[in-house]
Amino acid sequence: MKLKVKEEQCSGCNVCRVVCTLQNFGAVQPSQALLRIKGRFPEPGTYQIAYCNQCGDCADACPEDAIKEKNGEYNIDYDLCTQCLLCVDSCPLEVMVVTEAGYPAKCTGCGKCVKLCPRQAVLADRDARGS
Amino acid sequence: MLYGYAGKILKIDLSSGKHSIENTPQKLAEEYLGGRGFVARLLYDMIEPGIDPLGPKNVVVIATGPLSGHLLPGSGKTHFGALSPATGGYGDSNLGGHFGPNLKYAGYDCLILTGAADRLSTLVIDNDKIEIFAEDKLQGRGAIEAEKDLKDRLGEEFQILTIGPAGENRVVYACISHDFGRQAGRTGVAAVLGSKNIKAIAVRGSGNIPVFNPKAAQKKGEEMYKVCFSKPGFKTWTPYGTASITGWANEVGAFPTRNFQTSYADFHHKINGQAIIDRLLVTDKGCFGCPTPCGKYGYTKTAVGSAYVEGPEYESIATLGGSCCLEEIEEVAYANYVCDQLGLDTISAGVVVSFAIECFEKGVLSAEDAGREISFGSLEDVVYLLEKIAAREGIGAILADGVKTAAAAFEGGSEKYAIHVKGLEWSGYECRNAPGMMLSYMTADVGAHHNRSWALGYDVSQSDADVSELIEAGAGGPMEISSPDGKVDHVISMQHSRPLYDTLGICRLQTMEIGFETIHYEEVFELIAGRKITWQEMLFISERIWQLTRQFNVKHIEGFGRSWDYPPERFMEEPVASGPNKGRFIERKILDNMLDEYYEKRGWDENGVPKPETLAYFRLV
Repeated sequence: MKLKVKEEQCSGCNVCRVVCTLQNFGAVQPSQALLRIKGRFPEPGTYQIAYCNQCGDCADACPEDAIKEKNGEYNIDYDLCTQCLLCVDSCPLEVMVVTEAGYPAKCTGCGKCVKLCPRQAVLADRDARGS
Repeated sequence: MLYGYAGKILKIDLSSGKHSIENTPQKLAEEYLGGRGFVARLLYDMIEPGIDPLGPKNVVVIATGPLSGHLLPGSGKTHFGALSPATGGYGDSNLGGHFGPNLKYAGYDCLILTGAADRLSTLVIDNDKIEIFAEDKLQGRGAIEAEKDLKDRLGEEFQILTIGPAGENRVVYACISHDFGRQAGRTGVAAVLGSKNIKAIAVRGSGNIPVFNPKAAQKKGEEMYKVCFSKPGFKTWTPYGTASITGWANEVGAFPTRNFQTSYADFHHKINGQAIIDRLLVTDKGCFGCPTPCGKYGYTKTAVGSAYVEGPEYESIATLGGSCCLEEIEEVAYANYVCDQLGLDTISAGVVVSFAIECFEKGVLSAEDAGREISFGSLEDVVYLLEKIAAREGIGAILADGVKTAAAAFEGGSEKYAIHVKGLEWSGYECRNAPGMMLSYMTADVGAHHNRSWALGYDVSQSDADVSELIEAGAGGPMEISSPDGKVDHVISMQHSRPLYDTLGICRLQTMEIGFETIHYEEVFELIAGRKITWQEMLFISERIWQLTRQFNVKHIEGFGRSWDYPPERFMEEPVASGPNKGRFIERKILDNMLDEYYEKRGWDENGVPKPETLAYFRLV
């Protein structure tokens, strides 16, 4: 599932980030979430959501071709990954993380954030391939 | 392993700058759960009788609960406590936002501060790195300004608590601020932080919280959100937040107006939730984990000043709008903003200001005493008084100690309309036709605060309807006299259920406002913590905490007893001036009877002191 956002709907609750880490890492650990929310306070009083837009820069940066595109989504093949972390450095939105075991992780398109967002601020991009 | 908890307690002696870390005791977790329970037990054990609440021997406890920071609705709550400079007794307060969850992610269930720093300082908890640095440049700066400064310096991922000038100057109702609009407002814990020279506390937590069964807890957490989404109140209550009750409070004659002279404001439709949406709102702003964000962040423009501000929520509308008679939502919001920057609790500040204005109107205070003429309905006068209070200048030096102390200083019969219990100003519900709510205020451990029991809905409807249902039903015709019969049991029950949320580290509003069922908390607790405890068993723990905080007051307040449990004479002698409850008040003998019944059912003697056998039953001795 490819994501899109409506930042004006976001209330900064971070539910997306908690469910993200439970789903992807089995842990309650929002610092490892694969999307980020930044509040812009005291003014203008808005939220910015940084999320994986499947731009593919990580795949371009990977020297092992371990990140492959399928139906518009990029996923890491951990059998090929050598933990160089060039992909993490290349992410223009800084929404990739390094796991405790030292592997890169990126949005898997699981869609849990979409299902649980109380505000419909994180949405499935129905226009995108593979959604 | 203590699943659900971070597992450690961080203790910092500000005098030496040294800290220690210990395991969260399993016994403490089992007998007191967390949050308010940890605050009450630790304060009871650590604070010696006879100390100055604003001296270095006071202790500040900041505690999360076992459900804080997890995947479930409203898991963003943090509890604060100290010996209160407002009452001299048990003091605590609670806020949402994101601080508590991050304290747990940093590894700590609880933070204990003792001693005092030798100069104004910021405490930074960056996971396992603890640092205290001098903060001269933030001296006298507004609480929101200080938070912005620290966010810019430390980084977005830090969650920050600040105090404003009021806390630095030890105003006894100074509040702790967080997340540009969330406050731990009541009982003056920020004044205690000010006395310890702590301007700010910043935390960054990068770790995780151990969960007994992560997959099942995730599934249950997801289900809990979906249950919230299905409640009618999710759609009808959320857009207006707590301000949605403003109209109902007027319909039933419970809206404090003109320093509680009356309980109905004919301008209420101009300062309600719809007015916020129409004239202020920029964005809804939620706490961590919240499906129903009550924070209404907006922009206000008035002749006195303009500002971005979160709120006003209902309590600020009631005290700054109703009690001070600010008739436009922009004015209420601006007064709210001034309180937020100065670091003043909007509830106490609104009641103190309206008290001062009534004192001036009745000739108890002269223009010379007040520094100028002051009147109800003037934003300029309200802001003038708030600034004087925060700076402890002129009349503000007396008002900074609250209405009880100020009335003793002003004399002239002003104690009759000093609206407080135990020295804590009354929050936003007028009770002269609400005996259950009156008893709630009278017997709340911290003083006149609605957080411990909100029996007003029961007084009006004789039902346990949630707030969105009450609003939907409306007053249903003229207000009849509300009987005291059956109210004591209801109040006691609420005094266990309502504070239990503060103990678990979660928000009560999903249950109280939109009817979310408590069984879900019981079920998710088992999956997170790996042990079964029923809601009833949790309520028993909440009752134990209630007994402990009462005993705390007996221990710390000289001569504490029945005489501390009465409302101001206005509520027992003076008829409501106008509105649905015009002419009504509750005679003292009715309150006497309710207190007798209450004490008996609590296992306290006729003076309101817990009997030895009661303390033994709850394993408090």
